[in-house]
Amino acid sequence: MGYPHKSHPRETPVLSKHFGDPKARELETWKSFGGYRALQQALAMEPTAIQDVVKASGLRGRGGAGFPTGLKWSFMKLGDGKPHYLCCNADESEPGTFKDREIMRWTPHALIEGCAIGAHAIGAETCFIYIRGEFSEPIAVMERALAEARAAGIIGKNAMGSGKTVDVWVHKGAGAYICGEETALMNSIEGKRGNPRIKPPFPAVAGLFGMPTTINNVETLAAVPHILNNGAEWYKAMCTASPKSTGSKLFSVCGNVARPGNYEVVMGFPFKEFLYDLCGGPPPGRKFKAIIPGGSSVPVITIEEAEQVKMDYEGFLEYGTMLGSGGVIIFDDAQSMPRQLARLARFYAHESCAQCTQCREGTAWMTKILERIVAGQGTFEDLDTIFELAENMTGKTICVLSDSCAAPVTSGIQRFRHEFEALISGKRSSSVAVAGAL
Amino acid sequence: MTAPMVNLTIEGRAVAVPAGTTILEAAKVAGVLVPHYCYHPGLPVAGVCRMCLVEVEKMPKLAPSCATTVGEGQVVHVYSEKALEARKGVLELLLINHPLDCPICDQSGECELQDYTFAEGRADSRYREPKRFNPVEDFGGDVMYVPNRCILCTRCVRFMDDLAHDEALCVQERGDRASIGKATEKDLTHPWAANVVDLCPVGALLSKDFLNKARAWELDRTASVCPNCAQGCNTIVETRDNVVMRFKPRTNTEVNQYFLCDEGRLDYRWLNRADRATQPMIDGVLADWEEAIHAAARLAKGATVRLVANASLSNEALYLLKRAFGPGVITVRTGAEAPLPGASDLALRADRAANATGAEWMGYRRVSAPLEGLGAGDVLVIADHDLTGVSAEAVSRAKAVIVIGTQVPAAVTAPNVVLPIANMAEEEGTFTNLRGRVQRFLQAKAAPGMARPSWFVLADLATQLGQPAVHFTAGAVFDALAKAEGAFAGLSYDTVALKGKLAAGATAGARA
Amino acid sequence: MSHGPSASGGALVAAAPHGHDHAPYTPVFTAGSARRAELDALITRYPTKMAALLPALWMVQEERGWIAPEAMSEVASVLDLTAAYVKGVVTFYTMYHQHPVGRHFIQVCTTSPCLCAGADKVVDSFLEHTGCKELGVTSPDGKFTVIEVECLGACGFATPVQINADYVENVTPEKVPAILAGLK
Repeated sequence: MGYPHKSHPRETPVLSKHFGDPKARELETWKSFGGYRALQQALAMEPTAIQDVVKASGLRGRGGAGFPTGLKWSFMKLGDGKPHYLCCNADESEPGTFKDREIMRWTPHALIEGCAIGAHAIGAETCFIYIRGEFSEPIAVMERALAEARAAGIIGKNAMGSGKTVDVWVHKGAGAYICGEETALMNSIEGKRGNPRIKPPFPAVAGLFGMPTTINNVETLAAVPHILNNGAEWYKAMCTASPKSTGSKLFSVCGNVARPGNYEVVMGFPFKEFLYDLCGGPPPGRKFKAIIPGGSSVPVITIEEAEQVKMDYEGFLEYGTMLGSGGVIIFDDAQSMPRQLARLARFYAHESCAQCTQCREGTAWMTKILERIVAGQGTFEDLDTIFELAENMTGKTICVLSDSCAAPVTSGIQRFRHEFEALISGKRSSSVAVAGAL
Repeated sequence: MTAPMVNLTIEGRAVAVPAGTTILEAAKVAGVLVPHYCYHPGLPVAGVCRMCLVEVEKMPKLAPSCATTVGEGQVVHVYSEKALEARKGVLELLLINHPLDCPICDQSGECELQDYTFAEGRADSRYREPKRFNPVEDFGGDVMYVPNRCILCTRCVRFMDDLAHDEALCVQERGDRASIGKATEKDLTHPWAANVVDLCPVGALLSKDFLNKARAWELDRTASVCPNCAQGCNTIVETRDNVVMRFKPRTNTEVNQYFLCDEGRLDYRWLNRADRATQPMIDGVLADWEEAIHAAARLAKGATVRLVANASLSNEALYLLKRAFGPGVITVRTGAEAPLPGASDLALRADRAANATGAEWMGYRRVSAPLEGLGAGDVLVIADHDLTGVSAEAVSRAKAVIVIGTQVPAAVTAPNVVLPIANMAEEEGTFTNLRGRVQRFLQAKAAPGMARPSWFVLADLATQLGQPAVHFTAGAVFDALAKAEGAFAGLSYDTVALKGKLAAGATAGARA
Repeated sequence: MSHGPSASGGALVAAAPHGHDHAPYTPVFTAGSARRAELDALITRYPTKMAALLPALWMVQEERGWIAPEAMSEVASVLDLTAAYVKGVVTFYTMYHQHPVGRHFIQVCTTSPCLCAGADKVVDSFLEHTGCKELGVTSPDGKFTVIEVECLGACGFATPVQINADYVENVTPEKVPAILAGLK
């Protein structure tokens, strides 16, 4: 199937196969698709054996950082006598990203199964799925599926008759982007402000409630049952460019594009064909101008650069940006980049947790300068200030929120400086005149 | 078990510190101050101000030195260009919304934002946007909050959480809208809450008591000991023009760490009282010192003396009083004990007197009715005791009354001799705290009129009474005391120094 | 492409009461109450009581429409926290209302992906048709409050609007009157 559009023939629907099918939410239907076979199998395996399969598959974190999942799991010291925790990061709040929402609202059991396998693989008996508070519908779908799974003995004490305990619970957020940062997420579950923690200690040593913890993204965990069912080699074979990037990946596409939505393609898919064939190209009469390919925190690139990219972790890096969360934000030639970047900066200023000076003050200052430029009150010195400020906001704080504010802004100015200069000198380039009310 | 030592180089200086030490603390050992705001040695690490960033060779990013532990062979640069640039950036950001109202800010002159900006900050600001504004808020207790000056270092929040165990403060809101908040109905009423004022590195948390009273640079600072309870918190007495303006805590990790309770710190006005005894007097007539000492000696010689001493007199005064008259009685005002739960063995003590332990070690008896059983023929010697609760009629039973004190008590209507002495801020000496720690305090201001240090007056008096005590300094009195009184054996004024020493009596449980 | 409300029509989501509640605060977690039982059961999932703070605050908001200072004190005492601590948490998370809001709390996503789809015009349309006129101001009839919200995570369905708990997707300025007409 596919949602909101039918799957394109060139897509490889693994995770998205049942998007749009309300029946797929039901436990019985899900089992008829082969659901929970992988969990049954996993519960009979040694945790390290599961880790090995996932390591061999090449699966990397789908939340943004791209850390190898099996390796991350292997950091958990099994048999240390402490309670271990798995946290599923379903705080999906990165502008441009809306894939986890679809996984949860259409295929809740896929995630539950992934969570249960993941928990067992790290020696945890409890998994918390931290879902952003705005996602009332995914929360309701997940809660209902969890109730079904619990009633069917799939999770809980003696999960699937294995004698093992695997509990999975939803924990609802309450409006804070930063809770998608893994240590902030743990603080939030603990009932604290969602402040990122200083590392070390790393979560695998002292995480949720001070216990060894692993945090995985929704898409990452949802992929795990497929890997166990079909084998690491099958997953690894889904690779058309860099051997370090394997499997299928959901890309959320939004902004100025003919067919926004989620697309699942094999790693290494040519971005140009993705944009024009799968996504239908720009809206009628417009041209693509700029793209932020991995959620709003990664550098912006021009369409000319984007057309060269192979869609995997290494492919995006090669063009100075990142695959990130796979949230592809597209701006067409009617958009004012200064206005869009000012708005993005405002997002980060709004979401800064307020701990680190550079982030708390820097994101707000950056926003004010950009908004002043957009209002026609900018100076050329402002651009220098932005770059120095961005330098000050990069690599100096507890988490990377302030880096994430700086990256799209500086890359945007580097690539679209003429638009900023036009605003500063009082001339609007014809390409942005359409954006109107600046 | 001691931690193994780790060797590293900080600013070119080799230093060895126990494993687990932070770079910031190791730098102190090397004699290098890493600028910082949120870090405080008495509080848990927050790592949020990012001011203490240093460059560590082979580390990809600058390291927050407060939250980074030392590694063998590390080479740390505190003043490299990269580190300086980063800190300059932090300073600029801390000032963009700051009102820059130093001329009317109480913190001015002792402000770390001023100091580090002066040392490492930019000469100008590139900030051209409107500044945020939040109104001043009364936090209750002695604390006022000026949010516009706040740098969100969270020292105050951490103090209330981790030391006071009273989570009365929080960081509220987020981003650049964040400020320190408290619940509407709950003020900073914790008996140690005013420490947040000391901990605040900027002018955001201010003492209402001290508000607009003095500029920091006008104050003279003297190492002292809080006289207001038996804990003996180390203090700095700050004076201007011979007037005590405030007490501040002085760090002593053995006694009070970095802290001072509210009651202790705010109870300083008595040191400035104007209604003092300032002249030696005999039968209500001004006398010179020699006459007065002789008159007192004549009255006491051979008589049955009832000595009533203030339990906050110095060890030296109590020792000389004992030499002159034999040990007397003390009374000790008591109040509710108020611990600082996050610190070990630190409390506002029930005994609201500085030296009851010293007095008791020397044989003074703690009584509640100091004149009980006073004989008609007795000579009453009042040693800086206020005789609260004692009637003039009871005093009048004495054959004669000698007042050696800062004031003549109301109950003493017709003293035969008055010998005016300095109060604790006007002289030097030692107190013994409730754990038996002997601690020195120094003279912070001049005594009024002809008042003399207690040890000076009492040494003369003891000598006149046939108990030679020829000493020219408080230290000499103490050294004599240490020889004479077993509980103080082995101590000397010099070794007690400014951090104090535990006396033999503390461990032996000795009572003279 | 989907139009109108999200795929499930929001039917799975329990209606969360919003609206002005200026009445004196009455406790939510009184002994023997259903909410107390719900909270007590929830606490057992976690090793600390504090972990039940966000859920407890959600319950208060569902019952009272917002988190009053008295509510912070109540939650604090139920979970062995202080009111100041709870305040720090409440004010961190933007979904907790620190003031009463309209019966229909309308949040329009205006972060970049939605902005380039014209979210600002959607905001204008809501402000006009609700009579709120200004962001954050409740309409005189107490029915509506409109705010801009940061990324709702439904960027492919620009412009998504969250009305109380429910998402309405692909909203354009023209659709606003019909959406409002459907709100009682």
